[in-house]
Amino acid sequence: MDLSDTPSDAEFRARLREWLGKVLPTLPPPPPPDDWPGRRAHDLGWQRTLYDAGYADVHWAASPAVRMIFLEETERAGAPYVGANFVGLLHAGPTIAAEGTAAQRERWLPPILRGEEVWCQGFSEPGAGSDLASLRTRAWRDGDDYVVSGSKIWTSHAEVADWCELLVRTDPAAPRHRGITWLALRMDAPGVTVRPLRTLAGSAEFAEVFLDDVRVPVAHRVGEENDGWRVTMVTLSFERGTAFVGEVVACRRVLGELAREARRNGRWDDPALRRRLGLLDAEFRALWRLTQWNVSAAAAGGVPGPGGSVFKLRYSHARQELYDAAAEVLGDDALDLDRPWVLDRLSSLSYTIAAGTSQIQRTIVAERILGLPRGR
Amino acid sequence: MRFQLSDDQRALRTGMRELLARRFDREALRAAVGRPGLDRALWRELGAAGFFALRLPEAEGGVGLGLPEAVLVFEEAGRVLLPGPLIATHLAAGTVPGAAEGETVVAAADGGGLLEWRDAADVVLGETEGPGGTEGPGEAEGPGPGEAVALRSVDPLTPLHRVRARGAPDPVAVLLTAAEQLGTATRACELAVEHARTREQFGRPIGAFQAVQHLCADLLARVETARAALYAAAVTSAPADIAAARLLADEAAVRGARDCLQVHGGMGFTWEADVHLLLKRAWVRARRAGGGADAEELLARELLSGAGR
Ligand SMILES: Cc1cc2nc3c(=O)[nH]c(=O)nc-3n(C[C@H](O)[C@H](O)[C@H](O)COP(=O)(O)OP(=O)(O)OC[C@H]3O[C@@H](n4cnc5c(N)ncnc54)[C@H](O)[C@@H]3O)c2cc1C
Repeated sequence: MDLSDTPSDAEFRARLREWLGKVLPTLPPPPPPDDWPGRRAHDLGWQRTLYDAGYADVHWAASPAVRMIFLEETERAGAPYVGANFVGLLHAGPTIAAEGTAAQRERWLPPILRGEEVWCQGFSEPGAGSDLASLRTRAWRDGDDYVVSGSKIWTSHAEVADWCELLVRTDPAAPRHRGITWLALRMDAPGVTVRPLRTLAGSAEFAEVFLDDVRVPVAHRVGEENDGWRVTMVTLSFERGTAFVGEVVACRRVLGELAREARRNGRWDDPALRRRLGLLDAEFRALWRLTQWNVSAAAAGGVPGPGGSVFKLRYSHARQELYDAAAEVLGDDALDLDRPWVLDRLSSLSYTIAAGTSQIQRTIVAERILGLPRGR
Repeated sequence: MRFQLSDDQRALRTGMRELLARRFDREALRAAVGRPGLDRALWRELGAAGFFALRLPEAEGGVGLGLPEAVLVFEEAGRVLLPGPLIATHLAAGTVPGAAEGETVVAAADGGGLLEWRDAADVVLGETEGPGGTEGPGEAEGPGPGEAVALRSVDPLTPLHRVRARGAPDPVAVLLTAAEQLGTATRACELAVEHARTREQFGRPIGAFQAVQHLCADLLARVETARAALYAAAVTSAPADIAAARLLADEAAVRGARDCLQVHGGMGFTWEADVHLLLKRAWVRARRAGGGADAEELLARELLSGAGR
């Protein structure tokens, strides 16, 4: 067991750290949370900066250890998040790289890397969330096009996206998991309507997407017709992976800020509060180690450990507890939306739901990892 | 970074597991419950296998391995609920004659209020340490320095005395305690899953019911998170990492044993099932070195200093 960087990893870390130190002070300040066009421009600008410096494809090409160092160092330095590029860089891009044709890779991957096009994820539907395979948005073949009708929901960043990774049902007669196809949809195609949904945090983070006889070229299908479920599983495996590494680093930074705020406002004298923060620190330290363990296991190419789902399960709850502790530090200020951490507390409520609820993760752990009989 | 067990470490773990399967299987565990006391022959066998001398340099007749390896073998000991002052004797190897070989049984007060295995030990360390001076009002009735008062231990396999030990706990003792906790937590998870697969109700294995599945999933999630924290702490031996490992491992063992009991239903509440032994031992270890409060305070202080971030 070794926690230190290999010489080449250490070299990468040092080079990255130095570059971040130079480039971050030159970046424009982030736009306010509700300025979506501004956020898009900001996120794409950061991606372009990474591209020009040769870091754009670090999520795809590099070793897991390098990916992790990148996420750790960028977060530690306070660099911008992937933000609106999340789906393109961490979902759709890797899926197209793994399952797409040469022409598709040529068409879609460079604009993602250069920070020119934003993707969103059109999987969930009003009637198909946890039970994703029950999705009903239909696609008929008409010459060289599919004609798509239906609706998607909870589509993050839909308002500012250029493309959507869309799951549609192409064979209603086939068993549920079989008749599904993975398409790349242009968000400005005729018949696409985006209706923003207001989240409990007050922002328009996600949207409903209505699809009314939208034409999607057959050439924009990734994988075979009716083989979309398998492609989707490829996509979802990227969603777990190292997606949360930067966030764990961020949570530990927030804990430190909370401790200093508590000392400033006098709450630090309460041993119960101190111990609560100490325990949370233990949790995030452990989650960080678990990530290192999972990344090393992946790099060793062994059987994937209980990693992804175990991590997601624990992390999503820990993050909520972190911001509940923040509320305790803040006292009455925790009810003031203008105070730091209050919006974070609200948005942390989505962590046990998005990307598979905690209940679904537990079922995955029980059935696929512990081998318990399939439930009903 | 290659944060995975090496082949040698795997082999060491397998070897320890096999030795314990041979010498301290379930029957031996139950026999020990019926006939409490230290099995000196087993103690010597552990000594011969290098359990106590594991970290002693080869030049001093030890095995010359490090903390990560010690953590792995103590995890195995925790998995089978091996009784005895294992950690105190391990720590005494090289300083107390005969400890390394398993000839001398060493118990030690660890900075908390309890002493394990006092009467069975040949040597008791640390008991009379510290100033006996000023006593707070509530403490007046407690044992004085050097005094030890037997209590009726909740764990049938760990005799306990109340003491007033002074001095800070040894961080290695805390780390190895976490290793034992992790072993016990792993066992609780295994037992729960095994039972959930085989016990049938409503015409199907109870493990097909989601409520039971989710208990088992949480058992595993606690074990795996604690494992990552523990192994990392063994590599860095940083006080904050050890504190974190302790807290996670205590949680995994104590909550794990309770959930395991729940999965076993009425059977879990019986003396015959092993579940209570897991829980009681986990409780005892969770009180070592004064409990988890110190660890939480240490990490809280660390937050303010911003160290290691
Ligand atoms: C902030 C946010 C962003 C999102 N972004 C996107 C996006 O960009 N693209 C996208 O496609 N989707 C997105 N989603 C959707 C997300 O994946 C779904 O919300 C999630 O999978 C749950 O589905 P649901 O909302 O339909 O809830 P439901 O499936 O209806 O679940 C409701 C409750 O029932 C429980 N439940 C359901 N089935 C079971 C079962 N079998 N066993 C036990 N409990 C069960 C759930 O755990 C939950 O508690 C986003 C969601 C959020 C909150």
